[in-house]
Amino acid sequence: MKLPQDFSLFRDYGMVLVLVLLCGMITWATWEEQHPSDASAGVALANGLYDLKGEELHVAIMARQTKSDDEFVKAIEDQIAERGSSVKAVIRVRNPRDARIELEKLGVSNTRINAIATHNFCFSTWGVLKQATLDGLASSHKSFKDIRPYKPKSRMGSAFLSAENLIAILNQNAPVAIMAIGMTLVIITAGIDLSVGSLMALSALISAVTLRSWFGDADASALGIITAFLLGILVCTACGVFVGLMVTWFQIPPFVVTLALMMVARGLSFILAGGADPVDIQATGAELLYSGTILGVPNQIALMLCLFVIAHVVMSHTALGRYIYAVGGNEQAARLSGVPVFWVIIIVYAICGASAGLAGVMDASHFTSGRPKAGEFFELQVIAAVVVGGTSLLGGEGKILGTFIGAMILGVIQNGLNMQGVDSYTANVVYGALILVAVLVDQLKRKLLN
Amino acid sequence: MSNDSAPPPLLEMKGISKSFPGVRALDNVDLTLHEGEVLALLGENGAGKSTLIKILAGAHIPDSGHIYIDGEKVRMESPAAAQQAGVGIIYQEFNLVPALTARENIFLGQHSMFSLTNRSQERAAATELFHRIGIEVSTEALCRDLTVAQQQIVEIAKALSQQARIVVMDEPSAALTPREVEGLAAVIKELKDQGIGVIYISHRLDEVEAFADRITVLRDGKHVGNQTIDEVTRDQMIEMMVGRSIENEFPKAASKAGEVILEAVGLHRLPAVKGVSLTLSKGEILGVAGLVGAGRTETARLLFGADKLDSGEIRLHGEKVEIKSPRQAIKHGICLLTEDRKSQGLILGQTVQENFGLANLSDFSARGFVSRKREGSAFGSYIDQLKIKVTGGSQIAETLSGGNQQKVVLAKWLQQNAEVVIFDEPTRGIDVGAKYEIYLLMNELAAQGKAILMISSELPEVLGMSDRILVMHEGRIAGEIMDPASATQEDVMKLATGSTGEVAVEV
Repeated sequence: MKLPQDFSLFRDYGMVLVLVLLCGMITWATWEEQHPSDASAGVALANGLYDLKGEELHVAIMARQTKSDDEFVKAIEDQIAERGSSVKAVIRVRNPRDARIELEKLGVSNTRINAIATHNFCFSTWGVLKQATLDGLASSHKSFKDIRPYKPKSRMGSAFLSAENLIAILNQNAPVAIMAIGMTLVIITAGIDLSVGSLMALSALISAVTLRSWFGDADASALGIITAFLLGILVCTACGVFVGLMVTWFQIPPFVVTLALMMVARGLSFILAGGADPVDIQATGAELLYSGTILGVPNQIALMLCLFVIAHVVMSHTALGRYIYAVGGNEQAARLSGVPVFWVIIIVYAICGASAGLAGVMDASHFTSGRPKAGEFFELQVIAAVVVGGTSLLGGEGKILGTFIGAMILGVIQNGLNMQGVDSYTANVVYGALILVAVLVDQLKRKLLN
Repeated sequence: MSNDSAPPPLLEMKGISKSFPGVRALDNVDLTLHEGEVLALLGENGAGKSTLIKILAGAHIPDSGHIYIDGEKVRMESPAAAQQAGVGIIYQEFNLVPALTARENIFLGQHSMFSLTNRSQERAAATELFHRIGIEVSTEALCRDLTVAQQQIVEIAKALSQQARIVVMDEPSAALTPREVEGLAAVIKELKDQGIGVIYISHRLDEVEAFADRITVLRDGKHVGNQTIDEVTRDQMIEMMVGRSIENEFPKAASKAGEVILEAVGLHRLPAVKGVSLTLSKGEILGVAGLVGAGRTETARLLFGADKLDSGEIRLHGEKVEIKSPRQAIKHGICLLTEDRKSQGLILGQTVQENFGLANLSDFSARGFVSRKREGSAFGSYIDQLKIKVTGGSQIAETLSGGNQQKVVLAKWLQQNAEVVIFDEPTRGIDVGAKYEIYLLMNELAAQGKAILMISSELPEVLGMSDRILVMHEGRIAGEIMDPASATQEDVMKLATGSTGEVAVEV
């Protein structure tokens, strides 16, 4: 494949390499035998059983009473029916003792069973499925002649590298990644915004409180919910505009303005909540922003990807993007070249505020409540994502897609530490050190390339 | 200066060669400097002057060649080693800490980390140094409060305090007023008298003629010539530098002023501009001369909307216009090439094409999207037209020489097709060859009917290129010279220093 001349994935997005390396490391660390128990495993097990026994198949399914097992059981039933046979019994129990009781009952009822379909969890932890136990049952109940347990094939793999887990990483990190878009623009103009974490809480609280007091609480309509969410985002955008004005008109360093706003917004969130407890959102439908999907993609992920694509296009293909880079590169020269510096600064802080507002309503939807403690210390995570993504704190350079990679690197590190069962204190130490290593690798790579 | 029994020269650099990836920066270059001698090191930008100086300073290690001081071979392996050997370098961009005093700057880095400093001793030593140089600067003034000339004195004092016997001055006069340059001349003479060897780098040939005893010329990394100043004419110097003869340093074309385009009436912005009125016509080059601080740049910034007017008005084609920002000025067809390209003209970290496009994005945009392709092809035509030496549109602006940077800025404004072009010190820090090209371009612009305002501190340039000259003094127009061809530098200086009986024009 021939790439355009001035595009090089590894030059522009060197952190891709770091991300790939990290994923590789975590995959390697979590590489072990996997025992699938999802719907597709159920289908495969059903097919396997039918192919083995054909018309002679008399199968009972044994599983726990959990949601994921529902799918597993249903998949087996459906597939057996599909092949023209039927499942003779379904045993859904909470513990091995009950399982044994249920099996006894089945034996007493004299139902012919020669196979028990189950998954690895029940098979390996429930003594009742041991061959010796089953043989014992078979000898006392004729209908259980030749009874054997069957489970889906296990394979080697990594729990990290499963689609499920990767989607969870994307979903969990969507709010930070979205805020990192706004932060990237701000940092490219050589600014900083410390208020995003607090604005996130403020936005969540404004949504929750207005839903409760203006839009009819539990009876809120879809329109009411959307309005409440938009209101949260709007207030945060206004906060961003305010920051921009302070920075341009009054020449107050953005660090100071946003530090002040950080405290004000956090305080307001607690005041709105009337304390440290979350304000519950009773309205049905408010959770859809978090739990819903578009074309099978969770809403948050779809939203995040859309925003990244839009931001990337704006930054690399529009005049506004050019202006933002120019203001960060040399504000004087930009102004003297006719760049409307005032508006550029206002716009970037407004976008940053809006992205924090959006992250806030996403949080409100996730927890169906406005949490005054939402987004605590997120500003640092967001800045870390931007910096790891290769944006210079000095301004003038940085890439939106780099920020996406940066956010994902942080997400992957966190996820990996979780999977390894590292406790949260140790995780913090490793997390901090890995951020440094990631940036160091990038710097070394740059030095080597030059 | 030398005879048979003379001691070995103070400094000898023999057969110095240095290559960088893809470039042979220096090729077997020799340089000799005697005690009490001023050697002018001449060459266009990119000729290898800075590389040679960096080798002397210990910042680069030569691939081959040797350096001798007092006939003894020395190895300049680090800046510290060079300092130890008595080499003091005064770079164009000073290395002073603005928030420290002159005294503190002079002795900066000469104490070990935990030693105590002795103020009164240092003050006495600093005063003594200034005395040696012959110019008094307050030892306790913060460097950021000093003028450029004073800062230069501090740099020289710093070099002397480190026992420098070889002092290199890189474009020392670039930011000085004519009067300050005279002061510098005296300083250089003092240094000479004390037996210090001075290597003087400047693009200003009249200074070279006035200060130097000898010249060494480099071209394309090669040693072209070595002459005493009496043996060589100015034209020969230029020819040695550019490798061809330039018949006329200032190729002023006859131009014909047309109708008045821009009119400024009573522009005020304190403290720098105190009532400036001027008219600028189609097809003319209006020179603006004056001392640094006379309010020339500030006036240009007012015309360009970069600063806010206290009072006064600007008319374009006879109609009053409100210019509140550079953006509006550009819309009205006014553009400004700033005196300081690095801090105001260019975004150094961006590519030349992006710099070019910044003011012209609307030309290359469709439905809000900027077409890099169209931008690139437009810029490409300027690369050819202006003979900009770049590897392509994606070269980073910082890596260009001064002349080429100026051309990129010029391309940016040519694309705007502005009616009024304000040049503020258009050739500062630009070498002879590129200067010449910029003069030709100014002629061409004037011939196309553009109105050109040229602010310059180089009197030969103002006299040589202008159709008309305004001289500013302390925020006002001190006088006008209608016929630059028959005027002299003294005429301009009289007005600029306010030493004539003429009344400043006030409205």
